[in-house]
Amino acid sequence: MSFHTALRNGASSVFLRIEEALDVPFGGTDNPLRHLGAIGLYLLWIIVGTGLYLYAVLDTGIDAVYQSIGYLSLEQWYLGGVLRSLHRYAADGFMLVMMLHLFREWCYGRYHGFRLYSWMTGIPLIWLAYAAGIGGYWIVWDQLAQLSAIATAELLDWLPIFSEPSARNFMSPDSISDRFFTMLVFIHIGVPLLLILGLWAHVHRISHVDYLPSRRAMVATLAILIGLALLKPALSNPPANLATVPGALDFDWFLLFLHPLTDVSSPALVWSLLFGVTALLFALPLLPHPRPQPAAVVDPANCTGCDRCLADCPYAAIAMTQHSSRPGFRLAVVDADLCAGCGICAGSCPSSTPFRRREALVTGIDMPQQPVNALREQLEAALARLEGRTRIIIFACTRGAEAGPLAAVDTAVIGLICAGMLPPAFVEYALRGGADGVLVATCRSGGCEFRLGDLWTSQRLLGQREPHLRRTVPPSRLQLLAASAHDDRTLAEVLAEFRTRLEALPVASDRLPPYLRSASHHA
Amino acid sequence: MLKPAAIVGQVILYGAFAAVIGTFATWPKYQQIPSDVALIKLSISHLGERECRKRTPEELAKMPPNMRAPLDCPRERSDIRLEMDLDGEPIFRTVLHPTGLYKDGVSTVYKRFEVAAGSHRLTVRMDDNLDKPGFDYVKDEQITLAPAQVMVVDFNPDRGGLFFK
Repeated sequence: MSFHTALRNGASSVFLRIEEALDVPFGGTDNPLRHLGAIGLYLLWIIVGTGLYLYAVLDTGIDAVYQSIGYLSLEQWYLGGVLRSLHRYAADGFMLVMMLHLFREWCYGRYHGFRLYSWMTGIPLIWLAYAAGIGGYWIVWDQLAQLSAIATAELLDWLPIFSEPSARNFMSPDSISDRFFTMLVFIHIGVPLLLILGLWAHVHRISHVDYLPSRRAMVATLAILIGLALLKPALSNPPANLATVPGALDFDWFLLFLHPLTDVSSPALVWSLLFGVTALLFALPLLPHPRPQPAAVVDPANCTGCDRCLADCPYAAIAMTQHSSRPGFRLAVVDADLCAGCGICAGSCPSSTPFRRREALVTGIDMPQQPVNALREQLEAALARLEGRTRIIIFACTRGAEAGPLAAVDTAVIGLICAGMLPPAFVEYALRGGADGVLVATCRSGGCEFRLGDLWTSQRLLGQREPHLRRTVPPSRLQLLAASAHDDRTLAEVLAEFRTRLEALPVASDRLPPYLRSASHHA
Repeated sequence: MLKPAAIVGQVILYGAFAAVIGTFATWPKYQQIPSDVALIKLSISHLGERECRKRTPEELAKMPPNMRAPLDCPRERSDIRLEMDLDGEPIFRTVLHPTGLYKDGVSTVYKRFEVAAGSHRLTVRMDDNLDKPGFDYVKDEQITLAPAQVMVVDFNPDRGGLFFK
């Protein structure tokens, strides 16, 4: 195992533990660590919204802007001051969340294969975010702006891009004019627009994007930012004066940390660090990593063109085209480069029902590494083997809790690439094939390796999403559990409770009529 | 419905998030240079000289009438030699090269020097034609720097060459 793999495994283990610990108070839907991208976008919308107000009311002029921002903070503190503080604190929060998002995706190895595009398009966004944030501090044109502008110019001057040092623009008070303010506004509006465009590209190849976190997370995040704005309003430092060096300043370490770093080291070291880390991030996908899973395969003869795989694919790997041999019908087409190999499409396909009488179950879209036919054969073999008073089938995601050790004479375990690849009809098929109960174990909410497997599975089994489990299936005989790789004990406990509950049910109270595919009629 | 313990947990964790943002958005304070120090910024952007040759009448006669420039000037500019002394001690010596692929652009320098506030003797010498011996411009002056003051050393031929501001 390489050093990088060992480091990443260690980091991911720690991060996952923290993430799961936060599930206790938050639950999966509200857990901020599971929705960092959505929270980042939400913070960005706060920045944009407050920024629009500030831009509308600020006086445009290098001296006037300092006065008008001061007026907002001191005289109109209840509106303009709060919005200014929200603008600043949301920007700081965005930086924090963005770096956590980057760290999390690295921890979980999400930088190669079908995620390569999102990874590569995400890296430039870090530069844009810092450029936008640092430029924002300059607009106030206080002493912090002066320090940052000069330090940035001196840093840029180390690169051979200007014929004259750009720091010469800040030599004396009379060298700054209103045109400088115009340039600042251009930077501080133009760069965020580029950032938003880049974000659009960043999420372009995934579907069902979390553009916003849960309502509860949004309310809580806004509440803490407003609380911060009221308790500790963002204020300007003394006005800029290029004839003096600023004294001790309140310093934003989230956005401006490069300036002290340059002061204690050198521009050469800082640029080496920035370019080095960026190159490293771009090069990560070149490091050895697990081979990609085989892509889903469409069988035109069994594809009805129903669009369900298109609707459920988490990575927009499926498109619909005209069916070549059935006029008026559509056909799913898989882009192998985008396919995660999760099997969620196979679980969504109406042709994946095991009740079909064909000897070989060929579905509309299937996974070569775990075909639906093999899943049915595995289930039928397990049903034939099960003995005992209460026979239970466990369908478990192999990335979640380890269900294998629970296999027994009365319990069969069938592992799945992702719980989302389980066609709901398999639950009914198991119950009508002799099982007393079916336990479906997904990953924790928000913790699915393929983003949506746990959500789609629960929605399908609860009748909220097509293809849904038929309503004739008694809910008492189905147990749904969201369990991560660290939840083996929980899975065992839930299985034991489920078994006890099943044994307490009146005999044949809600049993479905048996179904034998091999017989010519329903038995 | 959230359990009370979950609500308490969320309040604590959101509070911690707010505390981290609120704290490091302004703290610790940062001071770029000590309070008893001033800054001298040496910032010069200047075209080095070039040696022009006067064309002879014979040469001019051979040229088309519209191109009879009396001087034949090379495109390349001279390097610039710059020296700065503080209180008699050399603190900076450099030779600036002209920018541009043909070495026909300005030569520039931008350097910061942190010096103790107070009275100092500052001497700057500049030679913008290295083919000729000696310095063409010299500025030697007793200066008094207040704490945190920024003093700029610049060059402008219209202001008599080197000047302190």
